[in-house]
Amino acid sequence: MKALDISGLTKTYKGGTQALKGIDLHVNEGDFFALLGPNGAGKSTTIGVISSLVNKSSGTVNVFGHSVDDDLVAAKSCIGLVPQEFNFNQFETLHQIVVNQAGYYGVPRNIAKKRAEKYLKQLDLWEKRNEPARELSGGMKRRLMIARALMHEPKMLILDEPTAGVDIEIRRSMWTFLKEINQQGITIILTTHYLEEAEMLCRNIAIIDKGIIVENTSMKALLSKLNMETFVLDLPVQSKQPSLTGFVFRNIDDHTLEVDVEKDIGLNDVFRQLTEQGVTVLSMRNKANRLEELFVRMVESGRKKQAGAA
Amino acid sequence: MGNRNLTALGTIWIKECTRFLRIWIQTLVPPAITMSLYFVIFGSLIGSRIGQMDGFSYMEFIVPGLIMMSVITNSYANVSSSFFSAKFQRNIEELLVAPVPSWIIVLGFVGGGVARAILIGIIVTLVSLFFVDIQIHNFAVIIVTLILTSSLFATAGLINAVYAKTFDDISMVPTFVLTPLTYLGGVFYSLSLLPEFWQMVSKANPIVYMVNGFRYGFLGISDVNYLVSLGLLVGFNLVMFTIAYQLINRGVGIRS
Repeated sequence: MKALDISGLTKTYKGGTQALKGIDLHVNEGDFFALLGPNGAGKSTTIGVISSLVNKSSGTVNVFGHSVDDDLVAAKSCIGLVPQEFNFNQFETLHQIVVNQAGYYGVPRNIAKKRAEKYLKQLDLWEKRNEPARELSGGMKRRLMIARALMHEPKMLILDEPTAGVDIEIRRSMWTFLKEINQQGITIILTTHYLEEAEMLCRNIAIIDKGIIVENTSMKALLSKLNMETFVLDLPVQSKQPSLTGFVFRNIDDHTLEVDVEKDIGLNDVFRQLTEQGVTVLSMRNKANRLEELFVRMVESGRKKQAGAA
Repeated sequence: MGNRNLTALGTIWIKECTRFLRIWIQTLVPPAITMSLYFVIFGSLIGSRIGQMDGFSYMEFIVPGLIMMSVITNSYANVSSSFFSAKFQRNIEELLVAPVPSWIIVLGFVGGGVARAILIGIIVTLVSLFFVDIQIHNFAVIIVTLILTSSLFATAGLINAVYAKTFDDISMVPTFVLTPLTYLGGVFYSLSLLPEFWQMVSKANPIVYMVNGFRYGFLGISDVNYLVSLGLLVGFNLVMFTIAYQLINRGVGIRS
């Protein structure tokens, strides 16, 4: 079954801004799905429509087979939303926030209290349960919103930039948590600006730009499209700049070399030529995140197509 | 009503009550102080010079009106500020993403306003006992009028908050509409003291019916028939609830 099935979705805001121009999006049950796009691409509008915070202009949205037009209660019950902005009452305690959220979904208070303990403990917030939410750090607030979204035990969790502004340690612990709940069967849809995050977590991906889906495929298939990578090689300080035959390369300074390598050629020849010149390679890294390169390329090609069509 | 809706309604109501109890210095203490001043100044100091009003001491006469005045302002203020804050902080989205029907959202917020109004009513009544012995003519009329009036103004506060874009917008109606109508609604005087023309004009003020219905419950006297008061209250409540429901259901001011 499709966890999410969107067809021909459009949204035009009152001022005339067309945020979505007829998007189709399909997410399988149990998937870990990334929805990527530049700022203002339509990601949050899409999430808003799925979660009933934004009224769509046209198109259909089905959540686990429940139409948001005809069976909204069932559709809403399947979704847990972690929005981009902090949207809880800053004066309420963490415990009140999560227990109340469960209550809105019809979860009886005694069960809600047990779940509050479970999720606040899992997200390392239990010690803070009686403190007002405004006293939490940014990372804790993000985790609180995840705990709140899980209180009615949804089948699908939608996270809109959940790790924005969070330090790397907490971000990694959140990744571990999200992987765990995904393995337990919860479908996850994630928007993020950290492309490393999407590459690490997600199996399938859609790229949206200016209200149009420009790519919708598996992460593996997308990364296989990358046929050229740029590597940065750190060298000891060189009196004579190294040279490579058959490669596009740049000597950035007297100890840094950049090389463009085609995927099917490989790096062996680079190392062989450097060894022959007596150059030691101290370390090596990708110049940019692989997905980042593809993302920029996809968005640019989508824009060219749109400009051509216009 | 299904169990799910009942749980959601109870949750909203508890959340609303917790809110006004948490900030009790802002919500419960001021009416007690203001009404004590009214009792001292208008009841004891000036009232003793005024003499009797419709066969009762002036203090006895104004007590029901002053309780009603507190009920009206507090039920309105509770929902308008709570709902607008929820919009402002965006935590109204917690309700909008959940499968909570619009009528439950309206009932929950209004229920919170009614609870605060009843609590304020009790506090002001207790304060008035320091100044006068209260008599009760018809307890059922008191309770029904109290609940219907507080629910009416709580619903009006919700409608105000739906349209409000700034905090100024939620203080305009109480300042420019509610306060004048309440002061001219027969809290401090009997309509029979007015010339016939102004009596007719006063009867276009809905608060006259609420104050008089409530006074009838305490003293057994009223400038208007208490059944008319109750009938109007039921009618106004139905109209306001329908408007509030439609606004929330269409997502006015809360959905893009």
